[in-house]
Amino acid sequence: MSVLIIVEHNNKELKPFTLNAISAASQINEDVNALVLGSNSDSVAKSISEVPNVKKVIHVNNSLYENYLAENYTSAVIKFAESYSHIICSANTFGKNLMPRIAALLDVSQVSDITKVISEDTFLRPIYAGNAFATVKSTDKIKCVTIRPTSFDPAPSSGGSAEIINGDPGDASELSKFIKKEEIKSDRPELGTARVVVSGGRGMQSGENFKLITAVADKLNAAIGASRAAVDAGYITNDHQVGQTGKVVVPDLYIAVGISGAIQHLAGMKESKVIVAINKDGEAPIFSVADYGLEADLFDALPKFLEELNKLNTIQK
Amino acid sequence: MKILVAVKRVIDYNVQIRVKEDGTGVVTDNVKMSTNPPDDNAIEEAVKIKEAGKASEVVAVSVGEEKAQETVRKALAVGADRGILVKADGIIEPLAVSKILQKVVEKEKPDLVFMGKQAIDDDCNQTGQMLAALLNWPQATFASKIEVKDKSLEVTREIDEGLETIEVNVPAIVTCDLRLNEPRYASLPNIMKAKKKPIEQITASDLGVDTKPRIEQIKVEEPPKRKAGIKVASVEELVQKLKNEAKVI
Repeated sequence: MSVLIIVEHNNKELKPFTLNAISAASQINEDVNALVLGSNSDSVAKSISEVPNVKKVIHVNNSLYENYLAENYTSAVIKFAESYSHIICSANTFGKNLMPRIAALLDVSQVSDITKVISEDTFLRPIYAGNAFATVKSTDKIKCVTIRPTSFDPAPSSGGSAEIINGDPGDASELSKFIKKEEIKSDRPELGTARVVVSGGRGMQSGENFKLITAVADKLNAAIGASRAAVDAGYITNDHQVGQTGKVVVPDLYIAVGISGAIQHLAGMKESKVIVAINKDGEAPIFSVADYGLEADLFDALPKFLEELNKLNTIQK
Repeated sequence: MKILVAVKRVIDYNVQIRVKEDGTGVVTDNVKMSTNPPDDNAIEEAVKIKEAGKASEVVAVSVGEEKAQETVRKALAVGADRGILVKADGIIEPLAVSKILQKVVEKEKPDLVFMGKQAIDDDCNQTGQMLAALLNWPQATFASKIEVKDKSLEVTREIDEGLETIEVNVPAIVTCDLRLNEPRYASLPNIMKAKKKPIEQITASDLGVDTKPRIEQIKVEEPPKRKAGIKVASVEELVQKLKNEAKVI
């Protein structure tokens, strides 16, 4: 029995959530192998070989894998799949797109977005946007599992020296073609992994007013989040959206400003360690999950909050 | 061009979910049911493409119990031409749904299949990709923009890093994100007209698909409760608590 991790990367570097997937994989079985499908991706194969939990790296270096297209990726993964008991990757947009295509070709019923490994075939996963948790047992011979990255700590990334072997590419698919990727660049920590997240909702009233959020986020070295209502109102771009249809975040500190706390938003942040809510409606549902609630007009509270932060001698980064 | 749109009947997104005391699932009796939200976007997009003169027919299909007919009927009320209900009871896993849809596609021969990116009940996010695999068609998941070209689609996808644009050959599967469009409401005259549109009823066993679950659901539980927090009286108190009590800043 061994576990195959599908490595997410950009041909130069590992994407950090791969390390969280490796942690989950190690809990299933210690014999973790990593599959790197890439183009000129030697540096990725090397970094994954240094992850102590990884016992072997299979590197398929071919221009087919320059861009991540599920059609090409799938035919390669299928070639290796039969030797493994489990195929694992993260339940982010990479894994969500890829894993079901693999599972269907293996005639496997996939287990999506697990938050806990109970045993080699039994897993815990949220359903109904985290309003319930199901314990499920897979009866398929090969188990295709995607893991919720924020529910597993990243595996250590150095100290190992796994063997790297070269694998053959799968069939080329002419079905789809990559055109372009517009990455949103930011100096801030990434929303999915930030220690502190400051989020604004419909209560911000305009995109311009998000500068109040930005100022606090700058001070706390935080990522900026938003509710779906704020995104739909056009105050901020959708890559900031936290919630069932956006990103799931688990920061040490989540500050929700002018967010009422719709079920769909709570699903994306209620596992945060400490939650602060600032809202002028004392009945807003966000207060039911907040450790510290401040019933106040955000336009008074945010500048004052910044002022108080400025008075502190030190702020954790 | 013909477009098949798959729709699922789920607990309405505004309903507070309650877990059954015996741990076998969530309460669905006397609970408001609706179309899975991103499936509404899928129907809307198909109807818009037809209205733009780029599609000749939109067929709505649902897999589920008898009452899923209401979901198909709603799709007809916003512009689908006819419907198909594949009756199947109990938990039908995405793998089985995609096998059923594969049979429907083989029969209907659509050029495009649209559906929501994820159902808000089981949150699996699998069916579209699985159907694409079984048919050996390309997939464009999490679509927030679709441009119909001659023999292909240019699709903008919502990914973690931002946006990605890909071109997929037709026939293709597209799974729709909530930001793809603004679904319309059905007008009363159109709801009346929809009652006359045909819905073909078949069963999963008619199609020869085994829907027996491969995943055993052992138990369903409430999420862990957060302990009740406190209200602070001022910004100063908030900052002091965060610094000295929670120690997070």
